[in-house]
Amino acid sequence: MIIETIRTRLADPGARTPLLIGLAVVAFGLAAPSLVSSYSLTLLARFLAYSILALGIGLIWGQGGVLSLGQGVFFGLGGYMLAMHLKLAGHAANDLPDFMVWSGIATLPLAWVPFRSALVSVIAVIAVPGLVAAAFSWLVFRRRVGGVYFALITQALALAFSTLLVSQQSLTGGFNGLTNFSRLFGFSTNSNGFGVGLYYVTLGSTIASYLLLRWLMASRFGAVLRATRDGENRVRFLGYDPTPYKVLAFTIAGMLAGLAGALFTLAAGVISPAMVGVIPSIEMVVWVAVGGRGALWGAVAGTLLVNFAKDEISSALPSAWLYALGLMFVLVVTFLPEGIAGLVQLRGLATGWRRLGLALLRPRNAE
Amino acid sequence: MVMRPPPLLRVEGVSVDFDGFLALDNVNFVVEPGELRILIGPNGAGKSTLCDTIIGRVRATAGRILFKDKAITDLPEHEIVRRGICRKFQAPGVLPNLSVAENLLVSARRDRGLWQSLSSRVPPDETARVADILERVGLADRATVAAGSLAHGEMQWLEIAMVMATNADLLLLDEPTAGMGRNDTARTAALIRSLAGRHAVVVIDHDMSFVEALDGPVTVLHQGRILREGSVSDIRADKEVEAVYLGRAKDAAHA
Repeated sequence: MIIETIRTRLADPGARTPLLIGLAVVAFGLAAPSLVSSYSLTLLARFLAYSILALGIGLIWGQGGVLSLGQGVFFGLGGYMLAMHLKLAGHAANDLPDFMVWSGIATLPLAWVPFRSALVSVIAVIAVPGLVAAAFSWLVFRRRVGGVYFALITQALALAFSTLLVSQQSLTGGFNGLTNFSRLFGFSTNSNGFGVGLYYVTLGSTIASYLLLRWLMASRFGAVLRATRDGENRVRFLGYDPTPYKVLAFTIAGMLAGLAGALFTLAAGVISPAMVGVIPSIEMVVWVAVGGRGALWGAVAGTLLVNFAKDEISSALPSAWLYALGLMFVLVVTFLPEGIAGLVQLRGLATGWRRLGLALLRPRNAE
Repeated sequence: MVMRPPPLLRVEGVSVDFDGFLALDNVNFVVEPGELRILIGPNGAGKSTLCDTIIGRVRATAGRILFKDKAITDLPEHEIVRRGICRKFQAPGVLPNLSVAENLLVSARRDRGLWQSLSSRVPPDETARVADILERVGLADRATVAAGSLAHGEMQWLEIAMVMATNADLLLLDEPTAGMGRNDTARTAALIRSLAGRHAVVVIDHDMSFVEALDGPVTVLHQGRILREGSVSDIRADKEVEAVYLGRAKDAAHA
């Protein structure tokens, strides 16, 4: 089926160029382990994990018009839950994680027990952020809270979440977070082969997330979501209840953030409150703003660009990064409100629904 | 004796109180199925508020509204629409970043639930209805254009088309000719007349030449109350209506 889609796209001159570029990018991604150093590959795996989260922001912010400054929460939920499993998988069944021993804890806390199972952990990494995102967004959207107020509530959520993580030292490892992982599914997480395998899993997850969202955007759900962004009341007075549409979009974004958090934790070997709080949550929005929220690929491009720039700049001039980030944000908002994607404006990105509009015209032109 | 079909819409003793300002004062208003009704009145008479109350945007402080013999007074907005009432707003409320065809396809959906939306398949009858409506309102060659880039008159037509596409039994059209030239106004009148019968249509306007072109029973609102109901010529001849409304318009014309 995918082959068939690719073949028809190649025949359509408007869709050919973006498709070829996309395939070239994927080909580079597949070949990357033999092209770049293992240090760069680790970075790429981390940033690809970030870009899965960014795709979720592209969905809720770009398509749904909902700005969340709290995606770090869902990222953190995924990351911490996988890290809990990694801590438990790293030593004998009855031993406690190192930081618990230092805190003087004698038995494993109840919240940790389910994460002995790898299967439960892998499911929880996606399901729990999804459930939290669904419950939270349903409560808020049902009351018709939106816009700036929603952004502020999500920011408060990120602050509360990171504060909670720091304060529960004996459960969460406190300020230092969880680190020193050694085994997952019986493999050593520190081997070179594990790094390459993790990279491919992350790359595959990014591509799968992108395709899932592309499909979702081309469905009628996508059209109603964009309609809600442009005129929530108009949509309501066309007989739609916008709440479940926005809740589903926010839930998917939360699940993607959870998956991203888990993959990131593996690639980085650590998860801590400093990676999930208010500042990282805002940075995540900046990635998407730079890449362009109007197109899903913009979210990925922006994430990779900003993070590689961050790596370069902070290793050359550690104190300069925040200024560079601020400058980049101001420049993009001022001169490129649609981000990098706005520069390109690929015509082939027309949605299935627009093509349907063309199909409606065809019988008329044939007469 | 021939049984008359029950009225489509019954507004019974509805009052709307905006913090002490009585926008609607014990209004009784009935719309028969397939009827074309014109609602006129000076600014602030309560025409838009009456529509807002029917559609659930404003809640009645007293009285009740029955649609197809069922109370809709307290239903959420989208539920009222699903029962079969759709409204065109005064300022065109099209979805600017969606194409003209997408605007209509979103409006023409019968299944407006979430799970049915997770497919890109559009039922053939919805596509056919959209294509038919595009022809009728003369927007067929604009189908792929973003709605936000339409001219003002086209935008008005698109919103009328969206309301038509919902296939509602009752269409409320608030100032459908606002900002239109003479030719466009005449075309709009013809379009609206062609809708009556299949849908009941309530048109709010205060352009008397447009009202004459529509030629349906007229209800005059004044200070939140129904002042008169009658044919266009009856209303024309009515001294009281002239005093509160037409006379004022005449003064304005002289000024």
